[in-house]
Amino acid sequence: MTPDDLPTPAESAAEHRVRSDPHAVAMDALSGTAAEPGSAKPDPILVADSVVRQFGGLTAVNVAHLEVQRNSITALIGPNGAGKTTLFNLLTGFDRAEAGAWTFERRVISGMPPHRVARAGMVRTFQLTKALAKLTVLDNMRLGAGGQRGESLWAAMARPLWRRQEDAITARAMVLLDRFNLAKVAHDHAGTLSGGQRKLLEMARALMTSPRLVMLDEPMAGVNPALAQSLLDHVRALRDEGMTVMFVEHDMDVVRHIADWAIVMAAGSIVAEGPPAAVMADERVIDAYLGAHHDAPLSLEEEEQRLAEAEVSMVAEAEAPLVTEEGGTSGS
Amino acid sequence: MDWGSILTNSLEATVGIDAVYFALAAIGLNVHFGYAGLLNFGQSAFLAMGAYGLAVSVATYGLPFWAGIAIGLGLSVALAILLGIPTLRLRADYLAIVTIAAAEIIRLIARSVALEDKFGGTDGLQQFSAGFYKMNPYPDTHRYGIGTVDFDAREFWVITVGWVLVTLSCLVVWLLMRSPWGRVLKAIREDEDAVRSLGKNVYAYKMQALVIGGVIGSLGGFVAALGKGSVQPDLYGTETTFLAYVVLILGGAARVLGPVVGAMILWTLLAFTDSALRQAVGTGHIPTSVLQSTQVGEVRFMLVGLGLVLLVVFRPQGIFGDKKEIALDAR
Repeated sequence: MTPDDLPTPAESAAEHRVRSDPHAVAMDALSGTAAEPGSAKPDPILVADSVVRQFGGLTAVNVAHLEVQRNSITALIGPNGAGKTTLFNLLTGFDRAEAGAWTFERRVISGMPPHRVARAGMVRTFQLTKALAKLTVLDNMRLGAGGQRGESLWAAMARPLWRRQEDAITARAMVLLDRFNLAKVAHDHAGTLSGGQRKLLEMARALMTSPRLVMLDEPMAGVNPALAQSLLDHVRALRDEGMTVMFVEHDMDVVRHIADWAIVMAAGSIVAEGPPAAVMADERVIDAYLGAHHDAPLSLEEEEQRLAEAEVSMVAEAEAPLVTEEGGTSGS
Repeated sequence: MDWGSILTNSLEATVGIDAVYFALAAIGLNVHFGYAGLLNFGQSAFLAMGAYGLAVSVATYGLPFWAGIAIGLGLSVALAILLGIPTLRLRADYLAIVTIAAAEIIRLIARSVALEDKFGGTDGLQQFSAGFYKMNPYPDTHRYGIGTVDFDAREFWVITVGWVLVTLSCLVVWLLMRSPWGRVLKAIREDEDAVRSLGKNVYAYKMQALVIGGVIGSLGGFVAALGKGSVQPDLYGTETTFLAYVVLILGGAARVLGPVVGAMILWTLLAFTDSALRQAVGTGHIPTSVLQSTQVGEVRFMLVGLGLVLLVVFRPQGIFGDKKEIALDAR
């Protein structure tokens, strides 16, 4: 992605102030917020305290305090292995924390199974896209709708009980598919979509749950620049419609141009937060990404060693087990 | 060779008791494996719940026929819940291990010497089907069927009831799988975590699927017990489960009529190869140095097995399956 294609933060902020009031309120709120780890926000939608997750001897996540401002786009950044995805899994109920408590819209959701977190209004997507390959794109979408009468066993057998609701859901799904440029493939199997289209589908499907907080795990990973631009527009549109977005991202250009606030994790903890531009200039952040001695030239061996370390931590992150809602482990 | 009798034997097997109870077993398995992705390797245990539930209630405890049916159904629900509670929270392979072990435990208990007075040991139980045949509307004066393909009144009554059960089961599966409930189930088969992230209680859906498939399997147990007039523990071993899988894959998994057509084809083929080989040996077309009539039973399974290998190679989706769907797996 080329930075020039994207509006500058100042431009986009001004643009949005005109377009959406709630976001302007959020921006004002954030402008008065201290740029320090765990800073308190005026109107937090998500508040987490002392969240700890250990894998054996390794402390993957150790977050003292975290608040996410309502109606903002908050980026969660940090080097590989910093615990971003693990924190996502914990907050959405897909993994169990050793300690800690968190609330969503003042309601305690720590310890809740993932499906109840989603029903509460906090929906997530996955780093490795989970399109349901043998279902049609439209069925993928319809699955996302909550409170479906036809999803209960007894009502399912009597079509008249759910037909009308199904029609309404289908209509809503088609509107979203249209918006995400997927309407023409609505009746194709999701398995036939390209990687980028799957990302779009996953985001659209998440919106079918009518969420208030959308958690996107690396929404831009493996997406070509043209599509990335459209994904960014979609993310902005979510915020402008009154949703709150939190996302994990590696591409700093993306973070700089879209996020209202950035939270930086390193080695499981939050080391910095603040407006993206300020955060990226922060000494601690540069250290976290590049190591404390990044000014000194690297020898070839050091470079190779770092690459190997990065690879190990990437593998560890990708293989971090997801705990199913009742506490067993799935995945490897 | 008498091709007429070979044809008659084959066609009788197409609609016979074996085809019926394997169709029911495979319809249940289709709900488990085809739609929900649950690897149930203990379907024979659900058949045993039906068969033994009925036989023990009536033959051992002298309860009426319908009480036996109710107990059989209740036991299959109980077994599904018992197997599901510890394993459905875990990965798919745990269910496979637990179900295959549970089915063997149940079979070994049924054939145990210690409980012979209740379950009849290796001889099994007889004389529990009087209540069923008392309801037989067909007078026992002639045979029923088309042309040479005919059955006596008792057989015909079991077969009639059996096919009614198959039809009803297919209807239930069809109604369920076209509904939003079925959509959730198919989505769980694809990716549980995605379904959880959309606010569905995956565990509850898997449990419901396990119970429904188990109950349909127990209907197969009733038909097997009534059709054979006896229950024998070794009929409910792992071969039964695996043959039910063969039926399912032959017909095409996740298709409503797949298991039914699969069961009809499998038993037609088995009967055809059996009669054809016996006749060929009997008339000397196959010399006894190559094959003896006592070996036909095994050889027919070899031939049918070969056919299945060819099917899986050239038509992996089964007869009714969608080749495009299979291709999606490769991505």
